[in-house]
Amino acid sequence: MIESDQLVLGGVKFSSRLFIGTGKYPQKQMLPDIIKASGTEMVTVALRRVDLTSPNENILDYIDKSCTLLPNTSGARDATEAVRIARLARAAGMGNFIKIEVISDQKYLLPDNLESIKATEILAKEGFIVLPYMNPDLMDAKRFENAGAAAIMPLGAPIGTNKGLRTKEMIEILIRESKVPIIVDAGIGTPSQAVEAMEMGADAVLVNTAIASSENPILMAKAFGLAVKSGRLAFLAGRGDISTFASPSSPLTGFLNS
Amino acid sequence: MSFYELVKSYNGGNFFNQNNSNLGIDKILKKEYLSDLDFWKLLQPEAENYLEEMAQKAYKITRHHFGKAIQIFSPLYISNYCENGCLYCGYRCDSGIKRKKLSENEIISNSKEIYKTGVRNILLLTGEAPIKTPLSYTIEAIKSIKNMFPMIGIEIHALTEEEYKEIHEVGVNYVTIYQETYHEDFYQKYHTKGPKKDYHFRLDAPERAAKVKMVGLNIGVLAGLAPLEKDIFFLGLHGHYLQKKYPDIEISFSLPRLRPTEGGFVYHQEIIDKKYLQMLLALKIWLPRAGVTLSTRESDSFRNNILPLGITKISAGVKTSVGGYSDDENNLINSKTSTENTEQFEISDIRSVKEISDYLKSHGFQPVFKDWEPL
Repeated sequence: MIESDQLVLGGVKFSSRLFIGTGKYPQKQMLPDIIKASGTEMVTVALRRVDLTSPNENILDYIDKSCTLLPNTSGARDATEAVRIARLARAAGMGNFIKIEVISDQKYLLPDNLESIKATEILAKEGFIVLPYMNPDLMDAKRFENAGAAAIMPLGAPIGTNKGLRTKEMIEILIRESKVPIIVDAGIGTPSQAVEAMEMGADAVLVNTAIASSENPILMAKAFGLAVKSGRLAFLAGRGDISTFASPSSPLTGFLNS
Repeated sequence: MSFYELVKSYNGGNFFNQNNSNLGIDKILKKEYLSDLDFWKLLQPEAENYLEEMAQKAYKITRHHFGKAIQIFSPLYISNYCENGCLYCGYRCDSGIKRKKLSENEIISNSKEIYKTGVRNILLLTGEAPIKTPLSYTIEAIKSIKNMFPMIGIEIHALTEEEYKEIHEVGVNYVTIYQETYHEDFYQKYHTKGPKKDYHFRLDAPERAAKVKMVGLNIGVLAGLAPLEKDIFFLGLHGHYLQKKYPDIEISFSLPRLRPTEGGFVYHQEIIDKKYLQMLLALKIWLPRAGVTLSTRESDSFRNNILPLGITKISAGVKTSVGGYSDDENNLINSKTSTENTEQFEISDIRSVKEISDYLKSHGFQPVFKDWEPL
């Protein structure tokens, strides 16, 4: 069961359920070690940061070819811009996966579900494997599904805050109700929070800031890799119920037996 | 309410007369989002005792929001013709310096020098001279380099909304415009001649640029021109006002300190490092998502020390002389002697792109040469 436990997105199989970001590291040179330590097989890159004309090193040079690239539309402020960025990414040889990020709020960096749904619909029709970043809302999750999203990426907390699963209740609802995989993106600040997300049944998590802003990003990458595995195993094993009440020696309904 | 009206309401009301005796800086520093009064308190001398705590907080929020990445951009002065008489500026109309504007070929050759370094973020600068260098001149310059640079910023005079729209359409996505000082009385004192005398028109310029959907706005003050606490307060408030009203725009701040210029201008106040740092940290804590540009006017050692405390952008390979990258007439590249008559201010840090880039890497920062994809 464990060996065959793979996440399938757009026909591609992933053994690791940890996706990582690339934008905040002290050095691009660190990426190969981060990727190795974390065990990740899916790495997201902002097209706005990619420069194929550069005489200096390019961020893509540091991503192992065995990893799947997940270009993202960071910088897009509406559906039209997200669609254009996705097409540019594909034209630049970055593959068919695309993470939709439509953000028109620079203060909290919260996603715009409405515009992202529009972009998802257009791009899915063009053959992209679309993974939209979203604010966890059930109706919108359904709209993303109908628009052709290959997975849905709800936020745990605003990007970069490391606050953990503040939207836990909402994400649990999405996990229960969604037909497509749920990947918790943004807000996960510690490995224990990644465990929590995986235990409750998330299909994967995406982590960037928590690894990149750690004092030892490589070690932290490893910690997250283990946490995600551990959380997944716990989910597969079936977590025992956590009782909120003590078991009283004189049950309130004991009189029925007397 | 326009920002001009907002400034008036703060200055005319009781805000600055509130009793600050019970500061509670420690409590303010525990908050995630500050009130305007909290921000004002962080700018007061009493908060100096909490400089280390402020630095820790600024460090943390910068790491969370920007990671360890710092953007590099290269400025290019394309003309120093100017009709303004800003007393602190080496380019002012009566300074007697050698005037020059770059031809299209010179603009292209200078831009190519920048392009070769790998930097894809260029800032074009001019003085304000409607006859010698009308906006059409800048527009032609932008057109001739737009294929090389996904990120084009301008630091020129205040434009009308229509004009901002026009330059946005030809390829400009970032606008830098400093109010210099928010104190209207000091502003009038320093801006003696020319169109820049109009405080109100300049003050609302960033908002006009925001209305045409620029990607980013960089606003700033010239630290030392006027009482600094209020200047930084209004700068922060300006950023907050723009962020709230135009949430999709990236806001960043610059607060260059005055340097001696050729005119030997005497300014209001010399800003010591400690005070400067306090202002920078307060601004960062007030608007955590806003970027901060570090200018070349700071010395090597000071730049190095404040780098981790909130800086998100840094200029490199800078020559503040017109066409300082490749001087066709003299066939000299980056030579101080060929250009000494046209510099706007004395530069303290003239490290090349490679030097800055190596330096950032050795201090655990990732230099970012490109951070936008034009659509």
